[in-house]
Amino acid sequence: MSTAPDAPSAQDERTPEIGRARLRREDERALTGRTRWTDDMTLPGMLHLSVLRSPVAHASITELDTTEAARAPGVVGVWTGEDLPEQGAMPTAWTVSDDMRTPPYFPLSVGSVKHVGDIVAVVAATSKEAADDALELIDVDYDELPVVVDPMVAKQEGSPLVHPDLGTNVCATWGLDSVTLGTGGDAAAAIREAESDPDQVVVRRTLRQNRVTPAYIEPRSIVVDPTAEQVTMWSATQVPHIVRILMAMTQPIEEHELRVVAPDVGGGFGGKLQFTREEALVLLIARRLRLPCKYTESRSESMQSSHHARDQVQELTLAARRDGTITALDVDLTADMGAYLGILTAGIPLLGGFMFNGIYRIPAYSFHCTDVFTNKTMTDAYRGAGKPEATFGIERMMDELAVELDLDPIEVRRRNWIRPEEFPYATVAGLTYDSGNYDRATDKALAMFGYDELRAEQRRRREAQDPVQLGIGVCTFVELSGLAPSRVLGGLNYGSGGWEHSTIRMLPTGKVEVVAGTTSHGQGHATAFSQIVSDELGIPFEDIVLISGDTASAHKGMDTYGSRSLVVGGMAIVGAARKVVEKARPIAAHMLEASTDDLEFVGGKFSVKGTTSGVTIQEIMLSTWLAHDLPDGLEPNLDADYTFDPENFSYPTGTHLAAVEVDTQTGRVTVRDYVCVQDVGVLVNPMIVDGQVHGGLTQGIAQALYEEIQYSDEGQLTSGTLADYLVPAAPDVLRYRTDTTVTEATTNVLGVKAVGETGATAAPPAIVNGVLDALRPLGVTDITMPCTPSKVWTAIDDARRANKGQVTA
Amino acid sequence: MARITVTVDGMRFTHEVEPRTLLVHYLRETVGRTGTVVGCDSSNCGACTVLVDGESIKSCSVLAVQADGAEIETVEGLAAGDGTLHPVQQAFHEHHGLQCGYCTPGMLMRSVCLVRENPEPTEDEVREGLKGNMCRCTGYQGIVSAVMAYSQAARDEEVGR
Repeated sequence: MSTAPDAPSAQDERTPEIGRARLRREDERALTGRTRWTDDMTLPGMLHLSVLRSPVAHASITELDTTEAARAPGVVGVWTGEDLPEQGAMPTAWTVSDDMRTPPYFPLSVGSVKHVGDIVAVVAATSKEAADDALELIDVDYDELPVVVDPMVAKQEGSPLVHPDLGTNVCATWGLDSVTLGTGGDAAAAIREAESDPDQVVVRRTLRQNRVTPAYIEPRSIVVDPTAEQVTMWSATQVPHIVRILMAMTQPIEEHELRVVAPDVGGGFGGKLQFTREEALVLLIARRLRLPCKYTESRSESMQSSHHARDQVQELTLAARRDGTITALDVDLTADMGAYLGILTAGIPLLGGFMFNGIYRIPAYSFHCTDVFTNKTMTDAYRGAGKPEATFGIERMMDELAVELDLDPIEVRRRNWIRPEEFPYATVAGLTYDSGNYDRATDKALAMFGYDELRAEQRRRREAQDPVQLGIGVCTFVELSGLAPSRVLGGLNYGSGGWEHSTIRMLPTGKVEVVAGTTSHGQGHATAFSQIVSDELGIPFEDIVLISGDTASAHKGMDTYGSRSLVVGGMAIVGAARKVVEKARPIAAHMLEASTDDLEFVGGKFSVKGTTSGVTIQEIMLSTWLAHDLPDGLEPNLDADYTFDPENFSYPTGTHLAAVEVDTQTGRVTVRDYVCVQDVGVLVNPMIVDGQVHGGLTQGIAQALYEEIQYSDEGQLTSGTLADYLVPAAPDVLRYRTDTTVTEATTNVLGVKAVGETGATAAPPAIVNGVLDALRPLGVTDITMPCTPSKVWTAIDDARRANKGQVTA
Repeated sequence: MARITVTVDGMRFTHEVEPRTLLVHYLRETVGRTGTVVGCDSSNCGACTVLVDGESIKSCSVLAVQADGAEIETVEGLAAGDGTLHPVQQAFHEHHGLQCGYCTPGMLMRSVCLVRENPEPTEDEVREGLKGNMCRCTGYQGIVSAVMAYSQAARDEEVGR
C-alpha cells in the first residue's frame, strides 16, 4: 500500500489482526458452563421421545404390537412406520452415477430392518425415563434374514441381498480415467508394459481402511417447537441450512414454515453433517401432537446409528521405472455404504478418486469404484471424507515402491513430486493444484525431526536385535478442501451448490454484525471471522460480533464441512466487507467534499490522498443512520451481502514424520515423536490452526492405532460403547511438534488454504508406514489398521514362523 | 421418592428424587445447572465430572441419593462472583485448551482435583491424571499445557500468600 510521506495519518497503524494468535472470544461461555447445548433446552409442555432400535442386523418384521406400550404410565403416543403415512423418504444428495440404486429409507422402517440400530418405533412420553421404559413393552417379532457384512463378499453374485428388491448389493460403480479425461495415458497398458520391461517394477497391494466413526463427544439432540408461526427446530447439527431444505423437500413441511437452529454444537468432524431420521421423527411427532418434543441419543445409540466412515478395500497397482519414476497408477476400490445412503454416502469414495495421485506427477491413472450395500450402519463423511482414504493408499504405495527399489522413502517421493515452478498444475485426475512447494515443508520437517540421526539409531537397534524396534513413518500429502465450485460439483452430480454467503450489518453506533452461512462447532469462527472483518474495515476486533447457525438470522448458507468455512465462507465475508467500503465511499466523499477518486481507505478511515483529514467508517455509519445529509439517490444503509463461489478447491499440503517404537515382544506401538510441517497458506489465527492440526493428528493416529467399528459375522456391533471403541485419551497420544511454511493460495484474495482435515488425512499412513518400517527386517509386510498390540504381535509371530519354515525347508 | 439436601456451588437445595436418578440428571434437570453435561452412558468420557466433597467424580456414576448431604462443585461455580475466571479457566483460555467446549466442564473439574492432589505434576502425570476425560477436538495438547500452567499458577499463589 503506497502512502505519501507527508500523510502519515493515512498509514494503517493498527497491528494487523490476520496472523495474530488472538485468544478466542468463544471460550468464556464454554469455560463457565454458560453454553446452550440442545439437550439443555426445556420448553413448557415438552415431551420426550425415545426410539426402538433393531437388535438384529437383517429381518422382516412379522409382528409389531405397541398396545401395551401405549398404555404405559406417562406415554402419550407410540408410532410405527405404518402409523406415520406422512413420513417421507430420507434423501441422498449425491447421485454418483446414472444407475445408482437408492434403497427405500424412511424415518421409521416399514416391514423390515437392515442393520442393528435401525429404527422400528418411536414413543412420546412426559419424561425420558417413561419413554425409555415403554420401549420395553413394544412387542416385535423379527423373522431373521441372511446377513452380509463384508463388502467384498457382498459384491459377489449369490451373496445375501441387503435389499432383495434391488437384485444386487452393488449401489453404483464409478470411474475416472486419464485417457477419457485427456490428462494422461492408458494406465492398464502402461502397467502391462511395465510387467514385461526389466527396467520397470510393478507393485500390487490390497489395503484396507478400517471402519471408524466421528465420535463427537456431544450426543445428537433435537428439540422441535411447533407452537410458533414458524416451527422451530434446534438440533446439534453442522448443517442447519441443509437440514431445513432437505426437510422441506422430503417431509410434510414447507421451507418457509421451518426455522432450524444449531445452538452450541459439541463436535462434528462430519458426524453431524446429516439430515437424520431422528430430526424428521421429532418434527413429525411434534407436529402431530402440537407440542414441543425432544430427542437426545445415548452414546450407545450414537455408536449404532450415527454414521460411520472409511471402510474401503483398495486394490492398488503402481508401476515405476527402476529410478523410482512412476509410470502408472490403477486403483480398484470397493467402498462399503452400509445399509442405506445418507446425504453424501456414495460420493465419499468419489472424492478420493480425485486424490489417489497425491502430490505426484503420474502419467497414467485409472480409478474404478464399486459402492456396495451391507447390513451395517451407513457410512458418510468423517474428517477428510474420501481424501484420507486416498492419501493412505498412495502413501502406503510410495513406501512399498521404496522398499521394492531399495530407495529412501523420502527420496522416492522427491523424484516424483510436482516442482514449485509447475504450478498451477493440472493433475492426472483432472484437478488443478493452485500452488505448492513440497521441498520447503519437507526439508523443514526433516531438520526438525532429526531424520538422519533417527535412521542411525534405527540401524543400531536392528543390528543389536533390540526387542524394541524403531520405525520411521513418512507421509507427504495434499488435501482437496473447501467444497466448493458449484460448477464442478454440478459436473459430479452433487445435489447442491458450493457457494457461501455472508451479510455484514453495520450498526448505528459503529458496531458490526457479521452474518455467516457457515456454523462453528469448535473451529473458532467468531474469533477468526472477526479478525478478518477487523482488517477489512479497520474496525476494532471488539466492535464485531458473529451471527450464525440460525436459518432465521443467518438466512443463507451451505454450512460447515469439508474445511470450507474459511476458504469459502471467509471469502464471502471479505466480499461483503469490501462492498460495505464501496457503499461508504460516495458518502465519505460527500462528507469530505471531495471526489471519490481522491479518497483512500486505510485503517478504517477515508481520507483525501495527501491530507490528514478524514472520516472513519464508523462515523459514516452513524451519519447513514441519521440520513440527514446524504448524497442524492443513495440508500441510507451500509449493509452488504456477498455470495462467494470459488473458482477452485483449496489444496493444503505438508510433510508428516512419525518415529514409532514397536515392542516386538508385546506388539505394542508407541509413537515416540511426531513432526509435521504443513503449508496451509496464510494463517489467520496461528493458535486456532495449531489446535485444528493437533485434533486432526490425534484422530488420524487413533485410526491407525486404536479405533475400529467392528461387527460380528451376524452383523452385531461389537464396539458399541466408548468402552469397546477406543477413542484415545491424553496418555495415549504425545506432544506433537508442528510448524508451517507459507505458500499462498492463488485462488482467494487472502491467500489462505484449509487446515481442519489435514492431520486426519496424513497421520494414518505416516503411522502405519512407521510400524512397517520397524518390522520389515522381521519379514512383516503388511498390517491392517488399527495396529493393535495383538494384531502387531500376530504379524510378527506369523512372519517368524514363515521364515523358520523357509529355513527348515 | 427420597428426600435429599445438597449444596451446589454454595447454594443449598432440598428435593424429592426418584431413587434411580443419577446425580448428573439431578443437577441438570432438577437443580437446573446445565453446565455439567452427559457424553456417554458408560462412564468413559468424563464430560459430567464434578467435585463431590472435594473429590472429582463422574456424576453419571453415582445416584443423586448417594450425594445427600454433600457439597458439590460444578463448572458454574468456578468463576468468582464478579465474573473473574478461576485460574484453571484462565489457563484453558490462554493455552487453547478447548475447541467445541463440550468436554470442558469435566476437564476443568478434573484438573482442579488433579492439581490439588499433585501440586507439581509432570506432563506425563497430567496426561495420566486426565485419562478418564475424553476430548475429541484438541488432541489434548492445549489441555495438557493449560493444566501445567494452572499448576504453576496455583503454586505461585501459594508462595505469594
